[in-house]
Amino acid sequence: MFPNVWEWAWDAGHYIFFGGMWYVLAILFLGMNWCVFKAIKDTKAGKGGGHDH
Amino acid sequence: MDSALIPEGVERCSFKRFTLGMIIPAALVIWGLYAAYLCWFKGLNQTNMNDSYGFALWIWADLAVIAVGGGAFFTGFLRYVVGKDELKNIINFAVLVGFCCYCSAMLILAIDIGQPLRGWFIFWHANVHSMLTEVAFCLSLYLTVLAIEYLPLLLENRKLDQVPFFHNLGHNMHEVMAVFAATGAFLSCFHQGSLGGVTGVLYGRPFGMREGIFIWPWTFFLYTWSAAACGPCFTMLSCKITEMITGKKLVKDNVYNLLAKISGWMLGTYIVAKIADTLWWAIVTVPTTGFTFMEFYNNSNNFHGLWILILEIGVCGLLPVAILVRKKWRENSSLFFTAILLAVIGVCVNRWVMVMQPMAMPVMTFDQWVLYLPSWQEWATTILPVAGGIIIIALSYRYLPVFPQERELNPVEKS
Repeated sequence: MFPNVWEWAWDAGHYIFFGGMWYVLAILFLGMNWCVFKAIKDTKAGKGGGHDH
Repeated sequence: MDSALIPEGVERCSFKRFTLGMIIPAALVIWGLYAAYLCWFKGLNQTNMNDSYGFALWIWADLAVIAVGGGAFFTGFLRYVVGKDELKNIINFAVLVGFCCYCSAMLILAIDIGQPLRGWFIFWHANVHSMLTEVAFCLSLYLTVLAIEYLPLLLENRKLDQVPFFHNLGHNMHEVMAVFAATGAFLSCFHQGSLGGVTGVLYGRPFGMREGIFIWPWTFFLYTWSAAACGPCFTMLSCKITEMITGKKLVKDNVYNLLAKISGWMLGTYIVAKIADTLWWAIVTVPTTGFTFMEFYNNSNNFHGLWILILEIGVCGLLPVAILVRKKWRENSSLFFTAILLAVIGVCVNRWVMVMQPMAMPVMTFDQWVLYLPSWQEWATTILPVAGGIIIIALSYRYLPVFPQERELNPVEKS
């Protein structure tokens, strides 16, 4: 999973598998963070609390 | 008692009636948890699996729920990426059903690995030459995507929605849902395919082995295709069953009609590809392995006779296609229900055929057909996620605005 883990190798298999996995995790992490931070910003601006979406 | 939590403008049964309705599923969950406890603490000797059935009831159930759970990724893909706006009225339910299916798959796998304490090894010390590693990666990541897709619905609960932060979070998540849906479609395509690829690359098991392109056997593509075709059928079937139980119309016919039409054409093209694959395998591949086509069907005491091929491709393949692609027939409610039911049975039979038969089929002259009957622990742990899914769907229906058209279709008279 990480380069310091036993049996890790810098080969195509590891690039593809873990490249794909970290890429997807990055999308999910960044996407969720964007939603959370924007929600905090909107809440501070006094938005929300209704049924307007 | 819980009226403050029920969405506005809709009617639900009394809390007492709801609780009574949950008794049987809850009892099944407790029974299943006890069986899971036995499997975890006493080991896989609690099952009737053997050398011929290393892939047994659990793996079949796993593949079947993943296939029928494909409705979430394909409906999400149609709604958010292709832009079929009508499907916004069923997408919540598709995500909910998909979430239950993938939770089921993960739970079954957690029991099947036998030593759950080492479950994380598949990530930590990944065997990058295994299709099942890709399945494990995509499956767990896609379950995360489904949880993210389910979260905004959860936040729309009447009480939670009153909290400004939750309201804003749900709103923001709706805005970027296309990104999550596209990621989910990408993950789903690969793990559905890799599950098919597992049997396709079994060179020592000629019943499952297939040729293909590069590293991918044809079964890789057929699995993804069949999940995209039959997954929405399971979503519609679950929706119809919910309508029967609640006695309400929850989704308009034009939504069913659109999804059924797309599923019908997907299933039609899949069945053509499946027939071509079976013919190529029977005429070209099988003779090179030293077998004849009928040997695979004659030697099993009729448990896996030719009838199973006719059931899968004919009764549960061509028949639902004929109904779903023809407007007049799919608009007939009885025919429509029959077609989606058959399509769901068809994909489950396909997973049975591709998982159980190749492993059990004798390939050596001294091999025998071995019978396998699952133990009660296997049944209980397989029923466990189904009962759990029923509870999750019931709770979601009761407390969340799962069906956007419900209010319009079932106006509540103000007293």
